[in-house]
Amino acid sequence: MARSKRFEALDARPVNQDGFVTEWPEVGMIAMENPGDPKPSIKIQNGKIVELDGKQRADFDMIDTFIADYAIKLENAEAANALDSLEIARKLVDFNCPRSEVIKITTALTPAKLTEAVSLLTVVEMMQAVNKLRAREMPANQCHVTNVKDNPVQIAADAAEAAVRGFAEQETTVGIVRYAPFNALSLMIGANVGRPGILTQCAVEEATELDLGMRGFTAYAETVSVYGTEPVFIDGDDTPWSKSFLASCYASRGLKMRFTSGTGSEVQMGYAEGRSMLYLEARCLYITKGAGSQGTQNGSVSCCGVPAAVPSGIRAMLAENLIAMALDLECASSNDQTFTHSDLRRVARSLMQFAPGTDFICSGYSATPNYDNMFAGSNWDADDYDDWNIIQRDLKIDGGLSPVTEDEVVAARNKAARVIQALFRELGLTEITDAEVEAATYARGSQDMPDRNVVEDLKAADAMLQRGVTSVDFVKALYRAGFEDVAQSIYSILMQRISADYLHTSAILTNEFKVVSAVNYPNDYHGPKTGYQISDERWAQIKNIRQAIDPATI
Amino acid sequence: MDEKTLRAIIEEVLKEVGEAKTTAVKPQAPPLQITEAGPAARGTDPREVVIALSPAFGGKLTQSITGIPLGDALREVTAGIEEEGLKYRFIRVFRTADVGFIAHEAAKLSGSGIGIGIQSRGTTVIHQKDLPPLSNLELFSQAPLIDLETFRAIGKNAAKYAKNEGPTPVPVRNDQMARPKYQAIAALLHIKECELLVDGKPVQELKVQL
Repeated sequence: MARSKRFEALDARPVNQDGFVTEWPEVGMIAMENPGDPKPSIKIQNGKIVELDGKQRADFDMIDTFIADYAIKLENAEAANALDSLEIARKLVDFNCPRSEVIKITTALTPAKLTEAVSLLTVVEMMQAVNKLRAREMPANQCHVTNVKDNPVQIAADAAEAAVRGFAEQETTVGIVRYAPFNALSLMIGANVGRPGILTQCAVEEATELDLGMRGFTAYAETVSVYGTEPVFIDGDDTPWSKSFLASCYASRGLKMRFTSGTGSEVQMGYAEGRSMLYLEARCLYITKGAGSQGTQNGSVSCCGVPAAVPSGIRAMLAENLIAMALDLECASSNDQTFTHSDLRRVARSLMQFAPGTDFICSGYSATPNYDNMFAGSNWDADDYDDWNIIQRDLKIDGGLSPVTEDEVVAARNKAARVIQALFRELGLTEITDAEVEAATYARGSQDMPDRNVVEDLKAADAMLQRGVTSVDFVKALYRAGFEDVAQSIYSILMQRISADYLHTSAILTNEFKVVSAVNYPNDYHGPKTGYQISDERWAQIKNIRQAIDPATI
Repeated sequence: MDEKTLRAIIEEVLKEVGEAKTTAVKPQAPPLQITEAGPAARGTDPREVVIALSPAFGGKLTQSITGIPLGDALREVTAGIEEEGLKYRFIRVFRTADVGFIAHEAAKLSGSGIGIGIQSRGTTVIHQKDLPPLSNLELFSQAPLIDLETFRAIGKNAAKYAKNEGPTPVPVRNDQMARPKYQAIAALLHIKECELLVDGKPVQELKVQL
């Protein structure tokens, strides 16, 4: 048969390079509403849950036990679970029902009940609910700062630029694990050169991540992963209790921390037990709540390609963000992983969080071109900065970023590169040459950076840990090198651990190191012209794109 | 979707991917012959690298996610080890299909303390026995980017670690479009691996005919 020219053209479209599969409910390859999901139920005897979502306590697996014992508010549980799911769904959306009232109900529901209620909503209704249930009054954004060479000078420069552009939190990871101390250090310094008060983290193996946090190389952690079925948990040598212990370790050192989970991880790892991805993610979020974590990074995250391949998968990602918020958790809402070749699909996916605003819309946005993104690519990258800014301007929404000038960016990158050069020298690490500083100042990505001696860098990074260097040494070294302002910023980040106010839900820091969280800035949206409103000053920032022609100049 | 449909989908995808990659893949190599030879012992030879295979490797699954015959992959890894003058030994892990734990198992049983773990889809880790299980010396997490040349470099570097030489890590590769294209398929392949897990079965020594 001759080929239709129209179909030929369609076949060549980027979207047709994406992987799609049909639903397979028996193994859990289904986003929402799997007939195999349990029916909601709860029975409480003598202050203890004895039946949860159709299971008797004797038949609980360890996740059921953990959720029943720690994650559901019992006072209100029987009344809340007796409500019709449709009534709960309507309360999630109805702006006449304030957040405080919704939370009282939702934190007393069982995982199956909350999943059922959320599954009754369209995406537009879910977005309305997110607008109301986001914990912090104003949205913010987080970015990834990585590169394929693990080049520390580039990390510092990219972090400084990202801070100038508006990201409140920044995250790095590694190509080579042993580079982690350098990456964490370069990120923290670079980000706080760009704008004092940026929180930074380094996503690596959990013990290493905790160790870096305790040494003061990071200000928070996010990669504490939880899963919705017992075998996946055990496969990672973990339990909800071991994760709770890890959470306490961070809290004991005054370090901000959130868990991470997402739809698709269980089926990706082969043990979804015939449940929907959303129901299993709800279990993860209840574990998060029960473990005492203030928040979560969720929205499928690195498993994005799995729900995105099945029907209603993008809707499921929004639904899981909404469940996190309904459990009164900080929500860093993913939008951080490539899942499609299609620019149309990636914008459609992100508008779900971008338009209503979340605590961190992306977690994160790649602050480098995607070829340098060592989380295997983000849904947004440095080449999209202008698109993001213009979408904010088009829709009058606050996605956390601001237009910037080339001069500002070049100056911030250059200073960060010079600071990290001086810090490496003062700490007796490997040399950073003037040529590298120059390259990082103007670089788009690692293709513009000279190669470093990797073996020498790895030796120096390891020796630095062996010597017991901490961020107090960074402060001293920065001071000696003449960068007193940066020394003061890093010192102020460390001081946060003593008051620990930034452990409150959804906390970020201003450039004066004041905490902005769901405690002092709770989301009080209750209809038009309430809740977060873009101020005149902020709107002037968002509007001020360099591309717009001023009529007065013509 | 039943088993047959799934198999058909995987085969179709592997075929498509294979077609796109034909220049990189040699003509059909002889199939891998793998037999179990009893529980694996801890090695004492400091000049060995242990290679651990995932449950379905070379049995139910014979090609990587990009269609590289798994026998070819092993030939390259072992050639890399031999080039450095070291020996190798194969084992198979049945309690987990997680590549980090598989590689760590190899490292713990290796006389040199260095092991390599490989999943059927191609994901590979070089591990050292005294590191945390989910850490690593080198991780090749994006299976679609691992070609034969990389497999050889992995073998070579593992041997160098075993000799305490501190090699330059194999250059990291990154393709942001690997996930959109392959993740759902990777999930299906992993489900296949997990179906072959045997709880409580000890790690087995393998005889592998390359």
